[in-house]
Amino acid sequence: MTDTASKPGQTEVWITGIGLATSLGEGLDANWAALGERRVNVDDKGFAPYVVHPLMPVTLDAQIPKKGDQRQMEAWQRIGTYAAGLALDSAGIKGNKDILSKIDMVVAAGGGERDLSVDTGVLNAEAKGNNAPGFLNERLMSDLRPTLFLAQLSNLLAGNIAIVHGVCGTSRTFMGEEVAGADAMRIALTRIASGESDIALVGGSHNGERKDLLVLYEFGDFNLKDKFASVWARKDHAGFALGSAGAFLVLESKAHAEARGAKPFAKLTNVVADLSRRKQPGDMAATLEKLWSKLPRREGKGAIITGATGAEPATSEERSFLGKHADFPVRATGTMFGHTMETQFPLGIALAALALSRGALFPPNDSTGLEIEMTDKPTQIVVVGAGHWRGEGMALVEAV
Amino acid sequence: MTAPRDKLGRPIVVVTGMGIMTSLGAGKADNWTKLVAGESGIRTITRFPIDGLKTTMAGTVDFVSVDPFSSTGLSERMAEIVTQEALDQAGIGAKGDFPGPLFLAVAPVEVEWPQRRELGRAVGKQDFDYNDLLRISGGGKYADFHHRFMFGSVAAHLAESFGTKGSPISLSTACASGATSIQLGVEAIRRGETDAALCVATDGTVNPEALVRFSLLSALSTQNDPPQAASKPFSKNRDGFVMAEGAGALVLESYEAAVARGAKILGVVAGCGELTDSFHRTRSSPDGKPAIGCVLKTLADAGMTPEQIDHINAHGTSTPENDKMEYLATNAVFGEHTSKIPVTSNKSAVGHTISAAGAVEAIFSLLTLEHQRIPPTLNYENPDPAILFDVVGNKARDARVTAVMSNSFGFGGQNASLILTREPA
Repeated sequence: MTDTASKPGQTEVWITGIGLATSLGEGLDANWAALGERRVNVDDKGFAPYVVHPLMPVTLDAQIPKKGDQRQMEAWQRIGTYAAGLALDSAGIKGNKDILSKIDMVVAAGGGERDLSVDTGVLNAEAKGNNAPGFLNERLMSDLRPTLFLAQLSNLLAGNIAIVHGVCGTSRTFMGEEVAGADAMRIALTRIASGESDIALVGGSHNGERKDLLVLYEFGDFNLKDKFASVWARKDHAGFALGSAGAFLVLESKAHAEARGAKPFAKLTNVVADLSRRKQPGDMAATLEKLWSKLPRREGKGAIITGATGAEPATSEERSFLGKHADFPVRATGTMFGHTMETQFPLGIALAALALSRGALFPPNDSTGLEIEMTDKPTQIVVVGAGHWRGEGMALVEAV
Repeated sequence: MTAPRDKLGRPIVVVTGMGIMTSLGAGKADNWTKLVAGESGIRTITRFPIDGLKTTMAGTVDFVSVDPFSSTGLSERMAEIVTQEALDQAGIGAKGDFPGPLFLAVAPVEVEWPQRRELGRAVGKQDFDYNDLLRISGGGKYADFHHRFMFGSVAAHLAESFGTKGSPISLSTACASGATSIQLGVEAIRRGETDAALCVATDGTVNPEALVRFSLLSALSTQNDPPQAASKPFSKNRDGFVMAEGAGALVLESYEAAVARGAKILGVVAGCGELTDSFHRTRSSPDGKPAIGCVLKTLADAGMTPEQIDHINAHGTSTPENDKMEYLATNAVFGEHTSKIPVTSNKSAVGHTISAAGAVEAIFSLLTLEHQRIPPTLNYENPDPAILFDVVGNKARDARVTAVMSNSFGFGGQNASLILTREPA
């Protein structure tokens, strides 16, 4: 297990900025209001029979003023660059060159957005018998847009954030689906907690409205088809509905935040992650239990925000883990936001911090009864992120 | 005995195992012999048709077989082989039980053309779109494709095979990825989270689309004939980099832990630094400030002065802009000392192993320290008069080398540098 808790005596780390652009809307108030109204935004027509949670449109110019920059990105990068800008605004450090020139950036990213017409053009021509040795080369040389590559590279989300927002301290991009989001938070936290850094921008973004991605997950029969149901109600109709979202946070040492008069949403106490081999039933649940035992025990009311996907067998494993902690009311972000892959864990942290700062957990959104009302004010929220295939992460977020 | 802490009071991080594979061959012995002999691993591509391509050569690794073939599969296989070599040398842990985390630099993963074509053929129609592909993708027939093309699949496989601890991190910082994987390992040991870390970097992505993508950005050399003369860092007639495959693995340990178990110390990672360039997606800031800052941060991290660096293992891609920027940035930091530092670029011989380059070149730097011999920069026939490095051209040079700086300056503004030394400072 990788234990990178902020240990006693280490620097306290605050969440001082949150940027959200999701299928429910842009910014903290819009997302909070939608959660309060149990709103869900799904499209079951555009990609039928698959269900996706489309991005609520944003005015890109507000965060990415140059059209040239917008054109150099594909949707996943635009969403992320936009959300990163919102996080910097939220923390009050947008344009602050002193801070942005030393800030750590840790991004959890996928990438590889395809030009569907180029792909199908090649495959159709080949199906018609066009099998000359250099055919693929020639078509790719003539049909691929030169800038598409830059929109496909995983580290170019960070690259675009650097260019658009002037975030130019350190820059690291982690890949590896869901747990990449947990590892990004873990490394950003531990660098600040140990004094290697004072402040970090960390998060991810995902475009769920992609047929090439649906193909990839369809290989493993992971896509939710035909009808939408809450994550916990998919047991006999398993799968995840891809979602579009960008979620970025500004993490900061308490001292650094106080020195510039920044207010915390919450405290990020601990992030842990592991890789269960998932060979036998119960393996993944045992790993989650092990991670849970790494988080410090606190007095006071707690809740769990999980990125459970709705895919099986991972969701059933997680249900069995959650059953052992029934005193913690649960909320599954997958129901409201869809599955945003690398972004789901940062999104969970963002919602935990938001809930703690507003002194209430948002209402349940589940027909099975697994999610229960919480009337008490939460003081600690555990964020859970288990991958649909591999990787488990967990974090403790606490009220300040 | 030297104190087990560095000048900043942190645990000293040493290297106790290394494994390497490039277009020159497999393993440290083979690679080093060929590298110092001035051999090149660049050749005309035979893996796939080259008709219609502007660049037809690369530093491919053709002696490792992977079935069914994919670039990600090749990356995984190479990573496995170099990791085993590094572990054999380090003699650490037990089989399948490495006592620390894995940091893996790996090229971004996506579904590749052989698999996409297999899917296209399975549709069974002449006119179809993505919906038709989608319709036939499920049902379990292609479940292996899902696992193969997960970004985290290579790291998960390595973590399970070698029993590394915790969540393995897969990372990409473009051409700096290999250096970043080492940096993450160094930081974990310095923080006291672990006594050992496995840092691996691998890249097997010489495939038609990858080649075309770099071609369309005008980044590649088109001097195809003869292929081994294409990569010519610091030469006046350089015209781009040469794509290449390779992998490197390093076992990092705290000095204290390595000494305690009687391990042979191969070298020290004395310093790491990184600094982002926000100038442009593919071009470096013309003033070189981010690269300068990166080098300065690395020196500060190592607690060393520029005069203590006696060799630079350059990023040296052989692109017109990058080589020039690297010289300007180096000269800005090292001043009059610049001309006294022998500089070489391994990319002249093995090509640009992209995600693996930082680790591959760190290993070559450590072998340089071990052998006190600097491998040559090949094809240095026509020096660029604007680059006044003391380039170790064409022939290896014996030299007293105590501290090597290894630079990685890449796409997306990713700059990272390492300082490697023979003994703890």
